[in-house]
Amino acid sequence: MLLYLTILLSCQLAGELLAAATGLPIPGPVCGMALLFAGLAINKGVPKDLGDLTDGLLTNLSLLFVPAGVGVMLHFQLLATDWLPLSLAILISTSLTVVVTAGIMSYLGKAGGSQKL
Amino acid sequence: MKPQNLETLRDIWVYLSASPLLHLTLTLAAYQVGFWLYRRGNLNPLLNPVLIAVIIIVLVLLATDSSYQTYFEGAQFVHFLLGPATVALAVPLYRQFEKVRESAIAIFASILAGSLTASISAVAVVWLAGGARDAVISIAPKSVTAPVAMGISEQLGGLPSLTAVLVMLTGISGAMLGPPLLNLIGVKDWAARGLAMGVSSHGIGTARALQVNEVAGAFSGLAMGLNALATAIMLPLLWRLVN
Repeated sequence: MLLYLTILLSCQLAGELLAAATGLPIPGPVCGMALLFAGLAINKGVPKDLGDLTDGLLTNLSLLFVPAGVGVMLHFQLLATDWLPLSLAILISTSLTVVVTAGIMSYLGKAGGSQKL
Repeated sequence: MKPQNLETLRDIWVYLSASPLLHLTLTLAAYQVGFWLYRRGNLNPLLNPVLIAVIIIVLVLLATDSSYQTYFEGAQFVHFLLGPATVALAVPLYRQFEKVRESAIAIFASILAGSLTASISAVAVVWLAGGARDAVISIAPKSVTAPVAMGISEQLGGLPSLTAVLVMLTGISGAMLGPPLLNLIGVKDWAARGLAMGVSSHGIGTARALQVNEVAGAFSGLAMGLNALATAIMLPLLWRLVN
């Protein structure tokens, strides 16, 4: 367990360093995700203890957004000035994005399901 | 209560509110309430546990006159785990990779289209509805995971802190509205549903997808990462083109 926690943190740390060194516009943890993925591909499988650890973390993923979410209270004033255009934009644009993404994936997924990378 | 006791009570409160324990416990407890309601409602997306927890905590903080800085000293331990949890998304992705390979082209095309839709439609609506220039710029990267979105916003000349708030609100809205909308348009495929959640509402949408189905969760995590990359590359270029 401790070994895999160390591996997880090492991937994140390496990801942070990689992102900073290359100037890639992606956050360190996402780079770390790619590194861990590469490790799993080399290992050709997910060790059971690692799976248990990541499943535990990901089951509670939504909890981890709560502290940042509470940060909204800092910006009531910023939001107050333009609340109507901003809320309209969030509702309309988020709905459109869901429909466009899922629509294209369903359509192409059926049409060209056998195209491999 | 005797005045002395009141004094002691106040001392205890002062002591507790200065230690991270209080607000760490508050974060976990409020989330438990949110998750309990969410489970009671059969994981109905409208009972989003993040939203419920945030509302409870904000009310408690306002009632006790506590600042966000004080709160965050306790909550930072939870917040810190976001990094390792993002790395952990490699595991479901690896487990579902055969499915990703099978429809790689469709996946890239839909993420790209979704990414463009998210930015362009958000900017267009704020602009048409008469929002200020700051608001128009700051909302552009709203569907991207927070650290990248803030970087993009700064690069375009927006307000990164406003962007951070809009990103959170977008994530919660997408996690709430995405599933019923997908049902409405009849998309049943878990891969397509996951991609839509990840592109539109980053980690919060991914958290929701993971609670429902592992395939959806894996595709959502992938979409979140690729959307961040695509938006970070395309948005500054588009912006230069428009101006």
